[in-house]
Amino acid sequence: MGGHLNINHLMFLGQGALWTIGLSVIALIGGGIVGFVIALARISPLKFVRIASAVYVQLVQGTPLLVILFLGYFGLAAIGLKVSPLAAAGASLTLYVAAYLGEIWRGCIQSVPKPQWEAAEGLALSRTQRMMKVILPQAIRIATPPTVGFMVQIIKNTSLASVVGFVELMRSGQIVNNSLFEPFAIYAIIAVTYFAMCYPLSLFSQRLERRMGRGRSNLAPA
Amino acid sequence: MQQNLSSTEPIVSLHNVQKSFGPLRVLDGVSFTVARGEVLALIGRSGSGKSTALRCIDRFEKVDGGEIVVCGHRVDRPDVDLRALRQDVGIVFQSYNLFPHLTIEQNITLAPCAVKGMAASQAKDLARKVLAQVGLEEKLHAYPEQLSGGQQQRAAIARSLAMQPKVMLFDEVTSALDPELTAEVLKVIEQLAADGMTMVMVTHEMGFAKGIADRIVFMHRGKVHETGPASILTSPTTPELTQFVGTGNLKS
Repeated sequence: MGGHLNINHLMFLGQGALWTIGLSVIALIGGGIVGFVIALARISPLKFVRIASAVYVQLVQGTPLLVILFLGYFGLAAIGLKVSPLAAAGASLTLYVAAYLGEIWRGCIQSVPKPQWEAAEGLALSRTQRMMKVILPQAIRIATPPTVGFMVQIIKNTSLASVVGFVELMRSGQIVNNSLFEPFAIYAIIAVTYFAMCYPLSLFSQRLERRMGRGRSNLAPA
Repeated sequence: MQQNLSSTEPIVSLHNVQKSFGPLRVLDGVSFTVARGEVLALIGRSGSGKSTALRCIDRFEKVDGGEIVVCGHRVDRPDVDLRALRQDVGIVFQSYNLFPHLTIEQNITLAPCAVKGMAASQAKDLARKVLAQVGLEEKLHAYPEQLSGGQQQRAAIARSLAMQPKVMLFDEVTSALDPELTAEVLKVIEQLAADGMTMVMVTHEMGFAKGIADRIVFMHRGKVHETGPASILTSPTTPELTQFVGTGNLKS
């Protein structure tokens, strides 16, 4: 390499951007699934389940993502499990996202007014039916803006996966810069690329909020 | 848990029911019964325990002592089958509590489909029928927020009716409504009473209670202080009820 920024460099960065998206999707899907379980566990009728899930959330939220990534990559290697950078980054981000989404969603579920639970109970719906047909549809509406807001955080946080050698957008930028020594130009490109990924999500969230606005005014009747 | 009741057995019976919230004794030995087809009005000041007594019938509150039997279910026992109980008991709340993300039709068909396994087409017919009963056929596809308070409360009554309960509980269902809307809701309840529905209602509408109730239970400090036919509202025997009906509550 060396010389000036050319099409090959840009393609390399483009590939990194794709991996950033890929890693974000893995983190969101994995974290979303585990986070949903965490959210339900946090409001479980069983005290043991509530406490265990709360401990998990506190542990993860009290640990920097960077440390979780190192633990995932080097820690697992130390106990004899050789994991690829992708697997380590995907698993670490999943655990991280699950703790936050679980907590965000628990709050959203609990912010559905209590009389809604009672009305559903009064109609003889089972706990699962109350959750699936009455509470969650309303909680999802409440959860959309903070969830998408957090998705933006995740996309940006995947840049930390570069420290375990995963070549996503940030890491590919570093590699290109190592050969070109044009940090400002390269990191500007990277910044714009991250923005281009995150901004549509924010717009999407706003649109979703407007479209799902129906019924919101009645969420908390007098 | 017997389901077949003889017609003489009360639908609801409370015997010496005790309930405390922390140090506060809300129900202190409450007893009353409601016969099939009877309309019972629970009245009393705020904090007298009337709403708590009503909520105990549907086990939204667990009692500390005493015995509650509702349609053959021993509600005071921890092993009571709540879903069976709540199929027999309909409850309507002060704040309507329609599900805001569902249309009125979906609000009504949800429980018959999910709980009783009713077919969707049958449930839709049922929704039309119960909405006609409360005079809201044209609101089938509206969302709750598009309805006035009175209409929402009537829709909530229809939703409850769709489960074909044996007894209906009304918890201050007109307290959030202005007089005009109150009147349209009370008309619906009057019609239900005329159709022979067994009802227990907590109400502040003394004129209404007088007109519709077969029996009045006046609660005071967690106890049934005075009980009798609607005429006790005009000729109370205890000073507390005298004072209560004398404070301007008795609208004609």
